[in-house]
Amino acid sequence: MTMKLRRRDALLLAGGTLVTSRGARAEAKYGPGASDTEIKIGNTMPYSGNASAYGVVGRAQAAYFRMVNEQGGVNGRKINFLSLDDGYSPPKTVELVRQLVERDQVLLLFSTLGTACNTAIHKYVNQKKVPHILIASGASKWGNPKQFPWSMGWQPDYHTEGLIYAKHALATVKDPKIGILRQNDDMGVDYLDGFMEGLKAGLGKDYEKSVVAAVTYEVTDPTVDSQVLQLKNSGANVFYNVTTPKFAAQAIKKSAEIGWKPAQYLVNVSASIGAVIRPAGFENSQGIITAAYLKDITDPRWHGAPDYLEWKAWMEKWNPTANLIESANVSGYIGAIVMTRILKNCGDDLTRENVMHQTASMKDWEVPMLLPGIKANTSPTDYFPLQSVNLARIDGEHWTLFGDLMTAGS
Amino acid sequence: MEFLLQQIASGLTSGAIYACVALGLVMIYVSTDHINFAQGEMAMFATYIAWALIQAGIPYWIAFGLTILIAFTGGLLIQRFILKPLEHAPVLALVVCFIALLSIFNAIAGMLWSYTVKQFPSPFPIGDPTGHGLISYHQIGVVAVTAIMLGVLTIFFRFTTLGLAMRAAAQNPASARLMGVRVSWMLALGWGLAAAIGSVAGMMVAPIVFLDPNMMTGILIYGFAGALVGGIGNPGGAVVGGFVVGVLENLVGTYLIGNELKLTFALIIVVGVLILKPAGLFGRVNVKRV
Repeated sequence: MTMKLRRRDALLLAGGTLVTSRGARAEAKYGPGASDTEIKIGNTMPYSGNASAYGVVGRAQAAYFRMVNEQGGVNGRKINFLSLDDGYSPPKTVELVRQLVERDQVLLLFSTLGTACNTAIHKYVNQKKVPHILIASGASKWGNPKQFPWSMGWQPDYHTEGLIYAKHALATVKDPKIGILRQNDDMGVDYLDGFMEGLKAGLGKDYEKSVVAAVTYEVTDPTVDSQVLQLKNSGANVFYNVTTPKFAAQAIKKSAEIGWKPAQYLVNVSASIGAVIRPAGFENSQGIITAAYLKDITDPRWHGAPDYLEWKAWMEKWNPTANLIESANVSGYIGAIVMTRILKNCGDDLTRENVMHQTASMKDWEVPMLLPGIKANTSPTDYFPLQSVNLARIDGEHWTLFGDLMTAGS
Repeated sequence: MEFLLQQIASGLTSGAIYACVALGLVMIYVSTDHINFAQGEMAMFATYIAWALIQAGIPYWIAFGLTILIAFTGGLLIQRFILKPLEHAPVLALVVCFIALLSIFNAIAGMLWSYTVKQFPSPFPIGDPTGHGLISYHQIGVVAVTAIMLGVLTIFFRFTTLGLAMRAAAQNPASARLMGVRVSWMLALGWGLAAAIGSVAGMMVAPIVFLDPNMMTGILIYGFAGALVGGIGNPGGAVVGGFVVGVLENLVGTYLIGNELKLTFALIIVVGVLILKPAGLFGRVNVKRV
């Protein structure tokens, strides 16, 4: 029985157009979690605990799916978004994802958040062959279709981002002496590896000598003051700031307080004006560089853009309690848009295989709120949907873009 | 040399924060014989109230005073309505209750004010008196506020009748009751004071670590370490303990074991003190009549 189905899948996949042609419902094919009336989507989010600031993403997604459902659903089917609170704790994620896959029988897992949390379920979902897509983490390991064909990320990956900062630092700072502050976890390591690769490419064999200090902090540390002092003391003139929002704000403020003014690269994870730069103080943040791929919602330059206006109208109608300067509301919004589009493209073939096939078939997708020129592209061998970023610098109270779009290769 | 001084100064500031938290813990321990795990979250919650008041346009020092009053009342009410019914419950029930309070405060703060990091104003001038970033006015201010608070508390407990009554109520409730002390209210007063101290700690910490619902989670463990080092029953000892932990944490982290093991270091202190000198450096060994 299963053999037959598989063969038919292959035939349908081969004849691409057949899959998307809208046949009668009678011909619809369903995997677990899908039916004539409903599509079940599983998700985990830190609604409580240390990283609960990211819970905003899940709430925005839920709001978007509510809108889709009220407007008739996807191809006539309602989205049932099962979003559970894992408190950013990997063991809890494992337990919840098992529950979603085995008890609730979801069609797919969408935008599960956190590098460590997703690492914990990486093997399991690939064994179970459950689509694990648009993962809300920028780790580079989600782009490995050979070993993990069922997992795919979304945002530009940390590794590439780190590499781009290294290239920029080497090109613009004379005699660079680099100080690194990073969170002591997977995210920090990914960012560090990319950066070191960039240094190696630029400096050759002795690249490690350019790093004069590399210090870490734990998320349980009350402050990173002591670490920032160590970096300043090392004589660094480049500061690679690999931190999550609260610590980013602390580090920016502390370096200004002690009069340390290096060229500073702040990772995109903490590039929020509302959650980092404003609390740290605009006067302390001038000149900080980041790699952006989203439109900065606090920047009046975009306030006339059609996609911004649409987002704002959506926020006011469907997510009215959320904060209009909180960029996580944009991440959630576009994640849900892309998810809806993938499901729409699946047509009446709502099997896990087809979901994965459609996710790996993005061709120059234009997604609202991405910076001009950035498009999503995937293929069965390319599991990195977004790969372009634009460097931006704090100028006054906003990120100002400079230079051209950069990709891993350029 | 300057680097060492900077690390010490930064350690003293963290130390002052730990000392404030430790003081709150000691306060509840002295007046009720319990360890309040929700101390940090209560402080965080009070800080949010201060933030809301300041956002509403109330000048800093008035908001500061109001927050202390609100926190005091809040602490009192928690004891009256939540802990009083549990007065004769086993310790384990109380511990569960404290942990419940911890997550309730955390969740409510997140619901009301969101988890986005917020800036909290400092009442002290910006900049530093030394001119090269050794120590900022805010850091000096935090240390001074801690010292003042300790002074006021010492005077209160040593030289006022109410303070004496509170100590009596905690150490020997039965005798105190026979002497005419209203024991149950003394416990409530202890909670009120602890909450008030916590609110001051929160308002001093927030300009440094930024205000968010998880602001105190990490700090509480260091606060415990501080309180234990000094002696959990001794306010002065707890303050000294807080400073010791703050400075040691920075120096040990920078020069000896690396930043990764700072928290481990705090926990080793906790375990070490409990094994070697359970009463702490300045604590008196409690002898109980059986």
